[in-house]
Amino acid sequence: MFKEYDIVVVGAGHAGCEAAAAAANMGSKVMLVTMNMNTIGQMSCNPAMGGVAKGQIVREIDALGGLSGIVSDKSMIQFRMLNRSKGPAMWSPRTQNDRMRFAEEWRLALEAIPNIDFWQEMVSGIVVKDKRVVGVRTALGIEIPCKAVVLTNGTFLNGLIHIGEKNFGGGRSAEKASTGITEQLRSLGFESGRMKTGTPPRVDGRSLDYSKMEEQPGDDIPGKFSYLRESKAPAKQMSCWITYTNESVHDKLKEGFDKSPMFQGRIQGLGPRYCPSIEDKINRFADRERHQIFVEPEGWNTVEIYVNGFSTSLPENVQYEALTKIPGFENARMFRPGYAIEYDWFPPTQLKMSLETQLIDNLYFAGQINGTTGYEEAACQGLMAGINAHLKIKEQEPLILQRSEAYIGVLIDDLVNKGTQEPYRMFTSRAEYRILLRQDNADMRLTEKGRALGLAKEGRYQQFLEKKEAVQKLTQELNNIKVNPDEVNEGLERVGNTTIKERTLLSNLLRRPHIGFNEIKSLNTDLAVTFNKFDEEILEQVEINLKYESYVDREQKLADKIGGLENYKIKVDFDYDRVKALSSEAKEKLKKVRPETIGQASRISGVSPADISVLTVYMGK
Amino acid sequence: MQTHDTIVALASGQGLAAIALIRLSGHDAIAITNKVFKGKDLLEQASHTLHFGTIRDGVKIIDEVLVAVFKAPHSFTTENAIEISCHGSPVIVKEIIKVLLKNGARLAEPGEFTKRAFLNGKMDLAQAEAVGDLIHAETDTARQVALQQMRGGFSKDLAVLREELIHFASLVELELDFGEEDVEFAKRDDLRNLVIKIQHYITPLIASFDQGNVIKNGIPTVIAGKPNSGKSTLLNALLNEERAIVSDIPGTTRDFIEDEIVLGGIAFRFVDTAGLRETTDIVESIGIERTLERMNKASLILYLYDLANTSIEEIEAQEALLTGLSGAIIIRVGNKVDKAKAELLNYVNAKEFVLISAAQQQSLGPLKDKILEKVNRQEVKQGDAIVTSLRHYQQLTQTHEALERVLEGLMTEISGDLIAMDIRQALHYLGELTGAITTDDLLDNIFSKFCIGK
Repeated sequence: MFKEYDIVVVGAGHAGCEAAAAAANMGSKVMLVTMNMNTIGQMSCNPAMGGVAKGQIVREIDALGGLSGIVSDKSMIQFRMLNRSKGPAMWSPRTQNDRMRFAEEWRLALEAIPNIDFWQEMVSGIVVKDKRVVGVRTALGIEIPCKAVVLTNGTFLNGLIHIGEKNFGGGRSAEKASTGITEQLRSLGFESGRMKTGTPPRVDGRSLDYSKMEEQPGDDIPGKFSYLRESKAPAKQMSCWITYTNESVHDKLKEGFDKSPMFQGRIQGLGPRYCPSIEDKINRFADRERHQIFVEPEGWNTVEIYVNGFSTSLPENVQYEALTKIPGFENARMFRPGYAIEYDWFPPTQLKMSLETQLIDNLYFAGQINGTTGYEEAACQGLMAGINAHLKIKEQEPLILQRSEAYIGVLIDDLVNKGTQEPYRMFTSRAEYRILLRQDNADMRLTEKGRALGLAKEGRYQQFLEKKEAVQKLTQELNNIKVNPDEVNEGLERVGNTTIKERTLLSNLLRRPHIGFNEIKSLNTDLAVTFNKFDEEILEQVEINLKYESYVDREQKLADKIGGLENYKIKVDFDYDRVKALSSEAKEKLKKVRPETIGQASRISGVSPADISVLTVYMGK
Repeated sequence: MQTHDTIVALASGQGLAAIALIRLSGHDAIAITNKVFKGKDLLEQASHTLHFGTIRDGVKIIDEVLVAVFKAPHSFTTENAIEISCHGSPVIVKEIIKVLLKNGARLAEPGEFTKRAFLNGKMDLAQAEAVGDLIHAETDTARQVALQQMRGGFSKDLAVLREELIHFASLVELELDFGEEDVEFAKRDDLRNLVIKIQHYITPLIASFDQGNVIKNGIPTVIAGKPNSGKSTLLNALLNEERAIVSDIPGTTRDFIEDEIVLGGIAFRFVDTAGLRETTDIVESIGIERTLERMNKASLILYLYDLANTSIEEIEAQEALLTGLSGAIIIRVGNKVDKAKAELLNYVNAKEFVLISAAQQQSLGPLKDKILEKVNRQEVKQGDAIVTSLRHYQQLTQTHEALERVLEGLMTEISGDLIAMDIRQALHYLGELTGAITTDDLLDNIFSKFCIGK
């Protein structure tokens, strides 16, 4: 029934959508198979994109030519730049999104790519020939032949939903689980495990009393994810609301503990420590009198509300009664109960850095199947898997981002080399080069790469070049313009800064703490005129470059020093047993992970610097 | 591989040897050496040339050396490289490496020269395999060094301070990664106080490396005793035995190491020895007070009795004087034991004297053992931590620098991400001293102590 495709993508969540779009935009013929075409790009959990470290990832996806940023911009109902009060490396864009529009925008974006075909059905297995994947098989018994497969099964593999003492198969609320793939992959030699995640109840916004909550509006001037000029922030925004649990909420929840699938041991899977259920929070942190609840609208036109911070798998009546003890929720009507879900995952140490599996050629894994959590984490893996599947069948080198280049690089490197013990979420503290990996410079870091791949299109590249040029021009001006004390001292005093004694370069003034372009512009009108001709984006970029210069230099040096080892490749079939001087633990780990470079080998736990020295000496036949 | 920093290490074996070879490799190897080398301008010299001169720390001459210049790419590592041949005293080697570190070099990791050579394509597999064993030896040494119990047990204290710093680092990371949530923040004043506390702890440690007699000058040692008790003979006997390999090389004996011996890796510097060389002992002429003053300057006193010509009464009289000395370790040495009367021998045996015959170089072994035993025991008793390892010194210095930047950052109120960068660096170096730290440690600490996550 089907001709041979270049790439079949299984699953159409954040990972699957990015994978299909990337491969197709690079020129591959792509088949996207999903169990339900109505839930393409579905946000299964909270209706938001970005956040700390995650917002940086969305910017990186956009800079490379992925679509998550654009889709998020189109469907946002609120924008906030988190961590504004901290340094620029911490600034993290986050949007609240209209859940239905988000999914719609993804579907429309995919439909606009001629190279993508769609098929709605459950994939029950892959077709393998000589250790290489050559197609997928569906529940109806149809074979779709192809050159490469990207599996993005999310929480669907043998998904099991828990609400109180009840449990039933399902991949998401009201959606069937997927069966067959885990069993087949295990028979092929893959290791698998069980993970657990959860989601809170949804309520009727018409039943809430917002006067008892704190309003959390969007930024006065909303930003956006995409670097593309044509991707715009919305003209108006919606607010979120904050309220708190209290002792009576906790007491009510405790009544359900004897029916909790978590506490009664019915859930075996590993859950994330940083995204605990409300029962876990009050159990582990018994001394806390209250926990924050974020009341998030699900969209422009719907009354449905997402109760963020109240993830739970307690019985639905306990959920309901506890909710009504929360200020503002006294008359709440529940739309859907919260639930916990267990699903299969495959430890990502079985992958190469390209996200291709070690066992089966041309088979790629992306998203929760690799033990991660989060839309952004999934999307960026999908993007990389799509890119690398395309490159593989075109017989080109894979794209591997370094830890100093992108959070995406940190994420994949962590997964492949360290594995994970719980659903993996990105934090800025996971990145040793946090100062380099900022949301403002993702384009400077990655757009050239995206263009080389054919993923970042000409229009994007031109805009990137213009920005780069403007940044250079402005930097040059700042290094040329000197100001006299009498021109600026009055203004400096006004903003509480030390005055200058001699003619001073503007670039040096900008390096001072608490002096930004807004302050410079306020010092005198001539300067305001000079700088008003530059876009806000350019001013911001230049200001950050100047202020962070010494820190960036230091980190860059560190990155370069370590980076040398990243270029030193290890042959796939390198025989570690031959190297007698390696410790036996190192041998075992190296044989398992099969690092692609010496740099990667050095980050594997159990491999010591001494082992690395020995290895470099013995290698390279 | 062009961006390498410059590394330095002792290339010849550890321990005493006639000549030691110190090697530098990296872009600035020649420039850094040139800063401390007095002789020809090394930057002007052709590759593969050899130059005589002195290595200096400021105005102080450390050693006369031969310096070989190798210019990239014609060196072992293909980088700019320098080989310094100096005299084989561990003290000299440490001093030279120290001054090179001060001028911008970094201590090489185990096997790093070979690694660079290999990574730069200088060696083929056969050669690489040949040095493989060598590398292995190097790493074993490094491992031993790392495991070696640090003097005065400062590693335990540092581990405690590091735990406290990890806690703060977690708080800072917490406010960065979870700032949107209902979490406590790192109190800047508390952080400042902790950093100052750590600085107060490590500053003397760093200074101990600088000022510590052990490394810089050896332990100041005085040989004292009545005229003709054999002081000069003992000095020469000790020097001859321990310095033999140095003096075997013609022209290598110079004043400043002439009066120094190394026992068990610790240097002992004999002070005020000039008098001992005079044919007439001027100590006698300047009187007993001057002698005591001289002994007071010493950390170790070898007090010599002429057993052939001393009575028990005379010994007791001198002992009375010695008890007035404080601070120094005193080892009583009974010389000319071969000519001692039986009665006197019984007396001194009961008094824990070390008995020798300096003239016949008899039984110097037990004296050396006694010296080491006393010195080690004394240091533990005093509890003064002394840093003797260059690696520890470097890690402490780097910790100190990073913490200074933290303090500076706190003062100028820079943002948390930048402060975190320096805290992480400090933790990294502290971790090298006491055990590894990874970002996972921080996250684990966060998750175990704080309720976070929506």
